[in-house]
Amino acid sequence: MAASAKVRVPATAKKGEVIEIKTQVQHEMESGQRKDAAGKAIPRQIINKFVCKYNGAEVFASDWHPAISANPYLSFFITATESGKIEFFWTDDKGEVTKAEAEIKVS
Amino acid sequence: MTDLARDMDRRTLIKVGGAGALALAGLAALGARPARAAAADSEAAVKKLVGNAPIKDGKITLKLPQIAENGNTVPFSVVVDSPMTEKDYVKAIHVFADGNPSPGVASFTLTPRSGKAEISMRMRLAQTQDIRAIAVMSDGQVFMAKQEIKVTIGGCGG
Amino acid sequence: MKRAVLTATLIGAAAWLAACTDEQPASGHPTDPKMAKYVVGKLRTGYTYAEPETRAIQDDDFNNPSFFWVDRGKEIWSKAEGTAGKSCASCHGEAEKSMKGVGATYPKYFAPKGKLVNLEQRINICRTEQMKAPEWKYESTELLAMTGYVKMQSRDLPVNVAIDGPAAPFFEKGKAFYYERRGLNDLACKHCHVDNEGNYIRAELLSQGQSNGFPTYRLKWQKFGSLHRRMAGCNEEIRAEPFPMGSDEYVNLELYVAWRGNGLPVETPSVRK
Repeated sequence: MAASAKVRVPATAKKGEVIEIKTQVQHEMESGQRKDAAGKAIPRQIINKFVCKYNGAEVFASDWHPAISANPYLSFFITATESGKIEFFWTDDKGEVTKAEAEIKVS
Repeated sequence: MTDLARDMDRRTLIKVGGAGALALAGLAALGARPARAAAADSEAAVKKLVGNAPIKDGKITLKLPQIAENGNTVPFSVVVDSPMTEKDYVKAIHVFADGNPSPGVASFTLTPRSGKAEISMRMRLAQTQDIRAIAVMSDGQVFMAKQEIKVTIGGCGG
Repeated sequence: MKRAVLTATLIGAAAWLAACTDEQPASGHPTDPKMAKYVVGKLRTGYTYAEPETRAIQDDDFNNPSFFWVDRGKEIWSKAEGTAGKSCASCHGEAEKSMKGVGATYPKYFAPKGKLVNLEQRINICRTEQMKAPEWKYESTELLAMTGYVKMQSRDLPVNVAIDGPAAPFFEKGKAFYYERRGLNDLACKHCHVDNEGNYIRAELLSQGQSNGFPTYRLKWQKFGSLHRRMAGCNEEIRAEPFPMGSDEYVNLELYVAWRGNGLPVETPSVRK
């Protein structure tokens, strides 16, 4: 199944307000530590990198290891500085990138 | 039992899968302490990320359940006390699970624009163990919080 | 005053006795007001046994990973498939209206087959008969997604399965299964979920085994899964040979289990340990 992602970003905020961002991406996060029924190791295939950009500038990032549960959920905070676009990128072991974005109005 | 022998046992048990997990749960029920096989690995992983800076207590809070309902999905949060200004902010948060096959859980790179140093995620834990959260501040200081979490293995939910 | 107390005690005792059968759960009530919704009379859903961290994942639909599946179900609802060129929406319009309450009444007697069908099977009957599309495999992403989406349209409505009329003999079979010892551990469903509900088996807190939240996102599975997958898991845990998912045995058992929870709100898509 193609990875699908969702984000929760407030639609509006006051300048300087610290806002909570919630994200979740659908992914099995295959750890590389499991074996199939025949005893063969199942190759690792996880999302290893998450990046959040605010109008193009990286404001938060995270590196993930196989210990992150399937369908990774992550919440964090950023400061609302100006209106514009907040983008989210999840990169897996194969280099595939899942993207999501949200608009925010800052007054 | 020496630490090494216990370590060997643990690995053998894990290799034999389901039956092993049951036996392991049986051992736990008899009061055997969980092996800390990865403690040395964990030290190395910490050094790699934070260097040789002295690690202090305080400033960082790790929120974890005391008992994980299931080791496959354990919610956790980390909060670091910081003004998050250009001059004084949290540069990074690292989370380690000392008793997992590999100790690294996640690292977070923050900026003054993060506003607040607080994150929440969900992790996998292989057994009862210590979780460590480490914060690296913009002035190079390093703070750590540690908590033990019990993980049940071999039950209906485990 | 004294008489009033005595009368009240007697009424209380009579009500307790009348309500008390060996089939129906009778455990202490959780006092947390957040749980009120999940407690109906003596019935308690799995939510009330869960740790706060697990409940928090279910409390906010954004946090609940089930919605990756449920949202997929919503997409498929209006997608035409099969040689008849129909989608679910072609016959049923908006699921929010047409499917409201439907999931709460399954499993149900289905005359053309002369037996019970559960929601998964009813969806597949629509696919093969109306849409002329292939069946979805049990526990496939699509079947879980659609079952979750349809059942969620009954969220907060009471479970309301019929056990009379043509359903009666199948209900009796399901009940017999529930009370029958099986496996190396020689245990019946009732040993955990009736006799020891609320007790611990090692570190495991035993629940009433209610089905109102299924399909559910299980922390153990790290995915959305069906009640039959859970039943198979239970059977394996008591070292018994599990029945195939979708088998008549499990569908009959599903009716009995659903009936035990008649009146509980549908909680799909729930989050369980």
